[in-house]
Amino acid sequence: MTQTAIEFRSVVKRYGDATAVAGIDLAIGKGELVTFLGPSGCGKTTSLRLIAGLELPTEGQVFIAGRDVSRDPASARNVGMVFQSYALFPHISVLENVAYGPVIRGTPKAEAQARAREILEQVGLAGLESRLPAELSGGQQQRVAVARAIVQQPDVILFDEPLSNVDAKLRRKVREEIRSLQRRFGLTAVYVTHDQEEALAVSDRIVVMDKGRIAQVGTPTDLYEHPANPFIADFIGDANLIRGTVAQGRFTAPGMALPVSGPDGPATLSIRPERITLTPGGPDRVVSATYLGSRMEYTVAAQVGEMLVSRPIFEPRLKAGQDVSLHITDTDVSRVA
Amino acid sequence: MQALQGRIGLFWSGLLMAAVLALPWYKGGATLASALSEGVAGRVWLLPLVGAALALALLSVATRDWRVHPAGAALVGAGLGWLLLQGFGIGLRGPVLPGLGLLFPTAQSGQPGFGWGAWVAGIALIGALAEVLAARGFCRGERFAAFSIIGIVAALSLFVFFPILKLMSAAFVGPDGTLALAPFLNRITASDLWSVGCLTGAGRCGVVINSLVLGILSAALATALGLALALLVARTDFRMKRLLRAISILPIITPPFVVGVAIIVLFGRTGIVTVEVAEWFGIRPTRWIYGLPGILLAQVLAFAPVTFLVLLSALEAINPTLEEASTTLGAKPVTTFRTVTWPLLRPALAAAFLLAFIESLADFGNPIVLGGSYDVLSTKIFFAVVGAQYDLGQAATLSVLLLTLTVAAFWVQTRWLGRASYVTVTGKSDAGLVAPVPPLIKWAAVAAVVPFVVFTVGIYAIVLIGGFVKDIGRMEMAPTFGHLWTAFSFEINANGLQLFGSAWNSMITTLWVSALSAPLTMAVGILTAWLIARQDFTGKRAFEFGTLLSFAIPGTVVGVSYIAAFNVPPIDITGTMAILVICFVFRNLPVGMRAGIAALAQIDRSMEEASQTMGAGGGRVLRDVVLPLIRPAIFTALVYSFVTAMTAVSAVIFLVSARHNMATAYIMGRVENGEYALAIAYSTVLMLVMVACVAAMNWAVGKRRLGRRTGVTGTAQPAE
Ligand SMILES: Nc1ncnc2c1ncn2[C@@H]1O[C@H](COP(=O)(O)OP(=O)(O)O)[C@@H](O)[C@H]1O
Ligand SMILES: [Mg+2]
Repeated sequence: MTQTAIEFRSVVKRYGDATAVAGIDLAIGKGELVTFLGPSGCGKTTSLRLIAGLELPTEGQVFIAGRDVSRDPASARNVGMVFQSYALFPHISVLENVAYGPVIRGTPKAEAQARAREILEQVGLAGLESRLPAELSGGQQQRVAVARAIVQQPDVILFDEPLSNVDAKLRRKVREEIRSLQRRFGLTAVYVTHDQEEALAVSDRIVVMDKGRIAQVGTPTDLYEHPANPFIADFIGDANLIRGTVAQGRFTAPGMALPVSGPDGPATLSIRPERITLTPGGPDRVVSATYLGSRMEYTVAAQVGEMLVSRPIFEPRLKAGQDVSLHITDTDVSRVA
Repeated sequence: MQALQGRIGLFWSGLLMAAVLALPWYKGGATLASALSEGVAGRVWLLPLVGAALALALLSVATRDWRVHPAGAALVGAGLGWLLLQGFGIGLRGPVLPGLGLLFPTAQSGQPGFGWGAWVAGIALIGALAEVLAARGFCRGERFAAFSIIGIVAALSLFVFFPILKLMSAAFVGPDGTLALAPFLNRITASDLWSVGCLTGAGRCGVVINSLVLGILSAALATALGLALALLVARTDFRMKRLLRAISILPIITPPFVVGVAIIVLFGRTGIVTVEVAEWFGIRPTRWIYGLPGILLAQVLAFAPVTFLVLLSALEAINPTLEEASTTLGAKPVTTFRTVTWPLLRPALAAAFLLAFIESLADFGNPIVLGGSYDVLSTKIFFAVVGAQYDLGQAATLSVLLLTLTVAAFWVQTRWLGRASYVTVTGKSDAGLVAPVPPLIKWAAVAAVVPFVVFTVGIYAIVLIGGFVKDIGRMEMAPTFGHLWTAFSFEINANGLQLFGSAWNSMITTLWVSALSAPLTMAVGILTAWLIARQDFTGKRAFEFGTLLSFAIPGTVVGVSYIAAFNVPPIDITGTMAILVICFVFRNLPVGMRAGIAALAQIDRSMEEASQTMGAGGGRVLRDVVLPLIRPAIFTALVYSFVTAMTAVSAVIFLVSARHNMATAYIMGRVENGEYALAIAYSTVLMLVMVACVAAMNWAVGKRRLGRRTGVTGTAQPAE
C-alpha cells in the first residue's frame, strides 16, 4: 500500500434508532481492490454509500484523496459507482449515458463524447453507441455502467453487488472482466458482495463486516488461513470449530492434543475440512459420505463432535458407517479464540 | 469546488444587499426608498436588517466558508427572524406588538406592506438558510433539495397555514384585538346554525344542519349512482359504456354555475319542463326547484362521475378469480355478489361517500344559484363577507365549523383508505371472465343510470343551444349570436384591435391566471412529490400531511382566510393578480403532488443517485433524469391545474377585483342578474377555449414524445 485513497475515521451511521454502521476505521490504498463482505444487513451498502456521498456520516469522517469529504454531497466528490440495477438512463443513448458525467462537470460535449467513445471501445462495446440501454443485453448494460463510472477517472470506483443481476454461468467471466479493467486502469475500487467465493476471487483485501462493525481485514489468504474469530472462520469457507483449553502451549480437547501459540485458558480452533486426512480403522466413524463430483465430503463422528471433512476425488473412497481415524497437525489449524 | 461554494454564498448575500440597498422596501414605494434610506429616514427598525446584510457580505468574503462559520448561521437566523418580527409586529397603523412600540417610538406611525425589497430579502435569507443547513448535513448536503424544502415549507406556511390561523383568530378575537370568547360562543351556539326546526316541522333548519343534510343526501345518492355506473361499465355488456366514460369527464371541464343555470332553465318557475308540465297536467308552476331539491340534483349530477371513477377502479382491482371461486362452489350470482363482491367493495364505497361529502360541503356554485332560501355554510360565509353587513367574525366562525367538518371527513377517509388496501388484490386477471352482476341488480343500475344520462344530455343540450338562441328561458328559439357579441364584441379600426365586449376583461385575466398558475402548480407539485418520495428530512411526515391537508380546505374558507390574512400589511396583495395565481397554486398543489408521487414510485431511485455521483446537483438530477421519465404525470398536473383555474369559483369569488375579474365570477354576476343566455354563452366559450388549450398541450407533449425513440419500456413508462 503506497498512498491512501480512502480513509474512514470512526465512522458511524445511524437511521433514527437503528445503527447501520457502528464505528469503522479503515484505510484503502491507491489502486487497491477492497471488498466489503458480510451477511445481509451488516452495513456493506451503507459503507459504500458513505464513500459515494449518498449518505453522510452521523459521526466520524470520511477522507477521499486526503480531503475530508464528510459534509460534501455526492455531486461534489469524484467517485464512480456501478449500481446493482446498473441505473442506466433509459431515455438517452449509450453514448450519452457515458458522456453524461463529463458533460455535467463542464467538458465540452464533443470532447466528452469522444472520451466516451474511447472508453466504450475499451470495454468492448464499439458500435453500440447509439443504442438505448433497453436494446442491450444484461452483460452489455453492465459494461456500459462500468464505462460510465470510469470515464471521469474517479478517485475510486464503487461496485454494489455487481453480479447479482448476472446469470450464474456468466458470473466468473464478468468478475474477471471487472478485475482486469480495474488493474488496467489502475483504479482504486471498493466492491460489495455477500458471496465469500466472489470476494476471495476478486479482492486484494477483504473487509469482513458484522453488525455494522469490521470483523477482520486481510488478504484472501490471510482471512482463509488465519481467521481472527469464529464468525470469520465460519463465514469464509467451511470450518470445524473445536473448543478446548490451552495450557503451556498445548491445546487439549477430547481425543485431541496439539501444540498452539497464545495465552493459556479456554480456546477455539478452526480446522478447514480439506486439511483433515482420514485413514481407515480407528476410533471415529463416518456418518455420511457425499459425492460432489470434484470431491468427497464426509461427516465424521469424532470424540470432539461432528467434523466436516473434504477429500480429493482420486483418494480411495470411504463409506458411511466405516471406522476411521482423523489426522490433524498443528499447521492445519488456526486459533480463533 | 471550494471556489464554487464561495460564489454561491456571494450570490445570496449579493441578493440580500441588493434587496436592502437598492430595491423599494415597501409596497408601492419609490425606487430608491430602500430599507437603508427608509431606516435612516426614521424607520430605524429596518437598520438591523441592513446591518445583517452587510455583516453577511463581509463574512462571505472574509472567511473560507461562511456557511459552516457559526456567525453565518446566527446572522441568517436573526435576519430572517427580525424580518418577520418587524413585518408582522408593526402594522399599517402602528405596532401590533406593544413591545416594539416602546422600543421604537417612531413605529407609532406604522409601516406599509412588504414591497420588492422585503420579498427579495426574504428569498435571499431563505436561500442562505438552506446553504447553512445543507453545509451541516441537512438533505445529505444537497443544497437544491434543502432550498426546495425550506422554500416550500415557507410558502405553505405563508399561503396555507398563516391564512387559516389568521381566520381562526378572527373567530376568537374581537374588533379591538383582544381575546373575545363570548361573541364566539354566542355565534357558534346561535339557533340559526343548529336549529332542527325543519325536521320537527317547526320552521327552518340551521345552516349546519342544512349543510349536513345536503352533504349526506348528496353523497349517498352520488355514491349509489356512481356504483350503478361502475357496475354497468365493469360488469355488464351494457352498450353505452363509452358514452358513460365520456360523460364522466364533463363535470371536470364544466364551470360550476352552468349546470345550475341549465336546471333553472329546465325546471324554474318559467322553465321549459315546468311550463310543459303545467300545460299538460294543469299543475301550477312553483319554485320547488330552488332549495334542497335543486342543489341536490345539481350536486348528484356533478359528483356521480367522481364516485364512479373511484368505484370503477375498485371494481377493476377485484380479482375475478375470487368471484369465480364463489361461483364454482355453487353460489348463485346474487349470493356471490352479496358475499364476495360487496364486502370487497365496501371500503371503496366509504371512500367515495366521504369524497362526495367533502365536495358537497365545499360546494359553493350550486347552492348560490339554486339555493333560494336554503342556506348552507359556504353561501352563509360568502354573504357574511360580501353581503350588506361585512362581518369577518361571523364568516370566520362559520369557516371554522365548515373546516372542522371537512377535515374530519378527510381524516376519516385517509384512515379508511389506509386500512382498505386489501381490496386491490392482483389487478385484472388474464382469465377475463368477470362475474356478471345478478339481473336484478343490473336492472336497478340501468334504472338509475338512464335518468342520469337523460338529465346530463338534456343539460348539456341547453348549454350548447342556450347561448345561441334569443331567450331559451322563454323558449324563444330564434338563432342569434347576440349574446356572444355582447360578451365578446370587438372592432378593428385605426387604433388597431379594440375589445368592447363586457367579458373580455375577465376572459383575458382568466387566461393569464390559468397560464401562469398551471406551470407553477405543476412545478411546485412535482417538486414536492420528489422531495417526499426521495428525500429524508426531519419533519417529513408533517410536511406531507400539511400539503395534503390543503386539499380538505373548502374554497370558500380559503377565500375568506386570504381576505383575513392578505388585505393588511405586511402582505397586502388583495386585489392583485398575484393573489389569484397564488391561491390556485396552493389549492391545486396536492393533485400534481399525487400524480408525481405515483410516477416516482415507478422509477428506480438509483438512476438519480447515479446522476448525483457523476456530479449533478439536485436541480440537474431533476431536469436530466426525473422529469423526462415522469412526463405523463407532469402533463396530468398541468392540465388539471389549468382546467381548475379556469373553472373554479369558490375561492376566487372573494379575491377578484374590478381590475382583475375572473370568468367564473363574471358569469356568476350575470346569473344573479338573470342574464342566463349571456351566462350560458360565455360558459360555452370558456369550455371550448379550455378544450382547445388542453388539446394544444396534449399535442405539444405528444409531439415531443414522438421525437424520442419508443423503445424505452419498463421504468420509463410510469402509470399515470
Ligand atoms: N435508509 C435507511 N433507513 C433506515 N434503515 C436503513 C436504511 N438503509 C439501511 N438501513 C438499515 O441499515 C442496516 C444496514 O443496511 P445495508 O448497508 O443496506 O446492509 P447490506 O448492504 O450489508 O445488506 C440494515 O439493518 C438496514 O435495515
Ligand atoms: Mg446491500
